[in-house]
Amino acid sequence: MFKLHTSLLSLCILGMQLNATAQTIDLFADSVSKPSNDIITSSFKTTRIVNGHSIENVGAGILDFKIMHRFGAINQGGYEFFGLDQATMRIGLDYGITKKLMIGIGRSTFQKQFDGFVKYKALSQQTGERNIPLSISYVGSAIYKSLKDATTTYQPYVSDKFSFAHQILFARKFNDQFSLQLTPTLLHYNIVENVSIPNDFYSLGIGFRQRISKRVNITTEYFYRIDKLAGYYDPLSVGVDIETGGHVFQLHVSNSTGMTERTFINETTGSWGKGDLRFGFNISRVFTLKKPKELKNLKF
Amino acid sequence: MKTRATLSSAATLLVIVLFSGMLQTANGQKVFATKSGQIYFNATGALVKIAAVNNQVDSKFVDATGQIIFGVLIKGFKFENQLMEDHFNENYMESTQFPKADFKGYITNIKEINFSKDGAYPIQVEGTLTIHGVAQKTTTKGTLTLAQGKPTLEGEFNIKIKEYGISGMYIGDKIANLTVIKLNCKY
Repeated sequence: MFKLHTSLLSLCILGMQLNATAQTIDLFADSVSKPSNDIITSSFKTTRIVNGHSIENVGAGILDFKIMHRFGAINQGGYEFFGLDQATMRIGLDYGITKKLMIGIGRSTFQKQFDGFVKYKALSQQTGERNIPLSISYVGSAIYKSLKDATTTYQPYVSDKFSFAHQILFARKFNDQFSLQLTPTLLHYNIVENVSIPNDFYSLGIGFRQRISKRVNITTEYFYRIDKLAGYYDPLSVGVDIETGGHVFQLHVSNSTGMTERTFINETTGSWGKGDLRFGFNISRVFTLKKPKELKNLKF
Repeated sequence: MKTRATLSSAATLLVIVLFSGMLQTANGQKVFATKSGQIYFNATGALVKIAAVNNQVDSKFVDATGQIIFGVLIKGFKFENQLMEDHFNENYMESTQFPKADFKGYITNIKEINFSKDGAYPIQVEGTLTIHGVAQKTTTKGTLTLAQGKPTLEGEFNIKIKEYGISGMYIGDKIANLTVIKLNCKY
């Protein structure tokens, strides 16, 4: 009998407890949950700051058609229409293989160069469950200068016309307004003019973006050359990024003419002090080649 | 003595049956939940298709009260191209400031749904939709389908983008003023 009573009592309590929990179900009360992991996006507006790579990648399955244009030096005066009579350009195609891996090819009229690069995002800045304060990417570029050399005494090998750049990009988006990037760079020439010139050149790039309105950003990019090739200057570029629907326009003033790592980091001929500056612009137009799989089977 | 024992065991049985009935009612107030609901919208105004999907809708509802919630991270919306996604987050939704959108409300005709019988039940929903930090009272209709006791909810919200304080020069032109947001949640 005692046994029965105990079981009865415990059942009663159990029932009451269940009832009590059942009555307190309120979804509104516990619906506030923090986002678990927030990956920071849009540190920069496009994949280039001005000439150099930014931490951004194009999305997976997206083809980015880039036209980069540089005019002549402004200080040539009115006869050359402040440099606008002259122009060099680079046409390029960038493609995102995955979210983290992109490749690109390009052709510059300047020195008749071909170039190709691989960019891999190794670490993404994020907050929440994992707290990573900065993003890190690697960019490797190969540049082939197809311009025929004037000298005839030495017949260069094909490999002599190659140079390479290895860059590690460290970027941090501090807030919606400001992002900063550091770009240690190693440039390698397969051949240099004489034995006194090294084949490897180190430099450190610094770039930032400052938002001034929803669609307009100021960008600046500077490379400090640790190993200097005589007769050239450190490149400094200041630009404005303007976004429209499917385009990003970048307008800028820079002392460099070339648009490949070798030419703009190491072989910038213009000097800011002498006003040897050039107008330039980059236009980027993106095309979706592969739709994200989430969107494939949806009828809107 | 023997009869007594049988009687007491019969009483125990009765009590158990009684209480299990009570347990059922307690259980009857069941919470259905999913973290992988689907939400998608189409805001195409002119030529360019502006549409996105998010497959990580967090939703719960209680069958007894009809209380229902949806929550979604703005950054989780996938567009056809990334530039759109960036613009959506940075220029329109301002997702660093307003990372989530949610709905809190009630299925007002929950009593009409027989959870032990499979079928499609029309539902009416009333509540508050919060997008871009702006809360708006809203009502909508949808369908709750029961298949082997498992509910699937389909519904849509018609919203005017500007009512949620979202601004931008393309709204009303490339981006539609009126947007249909569709939901599909399997609990």
